[in-house]
Amino acid sequence: MAVDTETRIDWLRQMYTGRAFEEMAEKLYALGKIHGTMHLSMGMEASAVGTIAAVRKGDYILGTHRGHSQLVAYGADLNRMMSEFMGKANGYCRGRGGSMHIADVPGGYLGAQGIVGGNIPLAIGVGLTIRNTKSDKVCLCLFGDGASNEGAFHESLNMAAIWKLPIVFVCENNQYGMSMSIKNAMAIDKISDRASAYGMPGVTVDGNDVMAVYEAVSEAAKRARAGEGPSLVENSTYRWRGHSKSDANRYRTKEEISEWMKKDPIARFQKQLIKEGVLTAEEADKIEANSYAAIDDAVKFAEESPEPDVSTILEGVYAE
Amino acid sequence: MRELTFLEAIREAMVQEMRRDERVFLIGEDIGTYGGAFGVSFGMIDEFGPERVIDTPISELGIGGAITGAAMTGMRPIGEIMFMDFMTLASDQLVNQAAKLRFMFGGTNKVPFVMRAPIGSGAGAAAQHSQSLENWYVHVPGLKVVMPTTPYDAKGLLIASIRDDNPVIFFEPKLLYKKAKGPVPEEMYEIPLGVADVKREGKDLSIVATGMMVPRSLEAAEILAEEGIDVEIIDPRTLRPLDEETIVQSVMKTGRVLIVHEACKTGGYGGELAAVIAESQAFDYLDAPIVRLAGKDTPIPYNRNLEAAAVPQVPDIVEEARKLAKGRV
Repeated sequence: MAVDTETRIDWLRQMYTGRAFEEMAEKLYALGKIHGTMHLSMGMEASAVGTIAAVRKGDYILGTHRGHSQLVAYGADLNRMMSEFMGKANGYCRGRGGSMHIADVPGGYLGAQGIVGGNIPLAIGVGLTIRNTKSDKVCLCLFGDGASNEGAFHESLNMAAIWKLPIVFVCENNQYGMSMSIKNAMAIDKISDRASAYGMPGVTVDGNDVMAVYEAVSEAAKRARAGEGPSLVENSTYRWRGHSKSDANRYRTKEEISEWMKKDPIARFQKQLIKEGVLTAEEADKIEANSYAAIDDAVKFAEESPEPDVSTILEGVYAE
Repeated sequence: MRELTFLEAIREAMVQEMRRDERVFLIGEDIGTYGGAFGVSFGMIDEFGPERVIDTPISELGIGGAITGAAMTGMRPIGEIMFMDFMTLASDQLVNQAAKLRFMFGGTNKVPFVMRAPIGSGAGAAAQHSQSLENWYVHVPGLKVVMPTTPYDAKGLLIASIRDDNPVIFFEPKLLYKKAKGPVPEEMYEIPLGVADVKREGKDLSIVATGMMVPRSLEAAEILAEEGIDVEIIDPRTLRPLDEETIVQSVMKTGRVLIVHEACKTGGYGGELAAVIAESQAFDYLDAPIVRLAGKDTPIPYNRNLEAAAVPQVPDIVEEARKLAKGRV
């Protein structure tokens, strides 16, 4: 599958930007500028970028709670993302959602999701909208390995299959549902094997290889758009950080984490681009620096943004 | 005027809205050729086809997701859950998704759907097919909760619910489906959500009743009238948002209020109604304590006599109302 150089270089930028966003998120948390919790996807950037790159602008996307890089790949406005992260009035959700619920519904990004697996049934409804309005869109539904053990997964994949809905199910398997290893959470090796139970294709790819992810999800999207029904793609990857801010990583070893950090998807992709001669080391450094600078700008924007007016608290509960 | 049963009024509302608006579709279990467990959607698949009258596998959570996801992306779906007891299986989608998606995403989207389900006991279906859990949903900001008790109200409230831009949980007292018959205009009309109806005017005592307790209270009122007790009966029709004003005005007029509902008393809607009255200006007009007559705190039993004893019946309402009217409370 041919992808032009410019696009691939932009993928590198997206991955760096996602990484920079999350490094900044950690820093802001340590400084006490962020409250609540957050779920970092460092180490999973290739999965997010390769997946989102495989759908078109205007397609529907249902993201996850570990969704910062997914949003960056979607093309979310970094200023509004950071503002939402900091709970500001000009954030994507006017400060009502925070890290876990950033959404751009008018643009088709139907939200990051706080209920594990809660977005999978939503895909059925989105699929029905596409079918009944005879649109050529697809619905991309992301979730993690943990969500694939929810009943919602079973009901939804079955319904999607019987109605041949244009949905691409993408499981970001980062090996742990909070502290529980997939080895203890399921008796099979590949989550994609579950697809056959619903009569849809399932494939597992190296989730740290952005190109492999892009190719698998593109194939599934093509199938969905052609009216051939849903597919399940499993991106095998790893989260470097704990599940959330309260995680002390007691359930895994430092060695395991550092082994996976050696498989950094960003370094890997950058090395490949340089090896192919489409990018110089200096250019790569510049992309990296620009990505971090964009996040610095977003923080400045967010810090200067207003807090939501408390008198507006009930706005949005009901549509008038 | 032409008369329809409660069930026919609901079907007519759906059919007329589906003819008017392409975005409206019906989805649920056995609603197609089977016509729905109670026959509400009978024949609809013949007119609208399987893409707009969608039979699902037994997947209530999936139905909840289907209507929420479709509503979020521009459709106006109607979901049907076979018994409201099974709505517990769909509740993640209703409570954590549908009710929150607009607020949580900053008010940039809408979730306009109706989730319909039959409610209540009296059909001999025991503990898992007879519940009245309406207050679970009343408690969730973002949802609206409607429960009509006449064919006329059912049609007008369902049309208004389908046209509402919010997720609406629509409960249909199942004993009324075939037994309640009354005048229903052929044309489309809306009864606005959040407007109560005075089902009977009276001066001695107010009864605020919901669901099946409305027709039972009306029957009780006839018996009480023979004893010279003149009862006023208010049906909120919409539980959330509640028309507080109509209730408060009635209590200020009569000075006595009996609240009657089928759901278990503990944590039931009656507590909310009592508190609304107690917190209002009607408090100073009360000549007696606010009284709640509600279902017993028990799962609904199978045996016919036990089942009847679990929820208020006409003689229970007569007795409580009589005591209250005569100042014996």
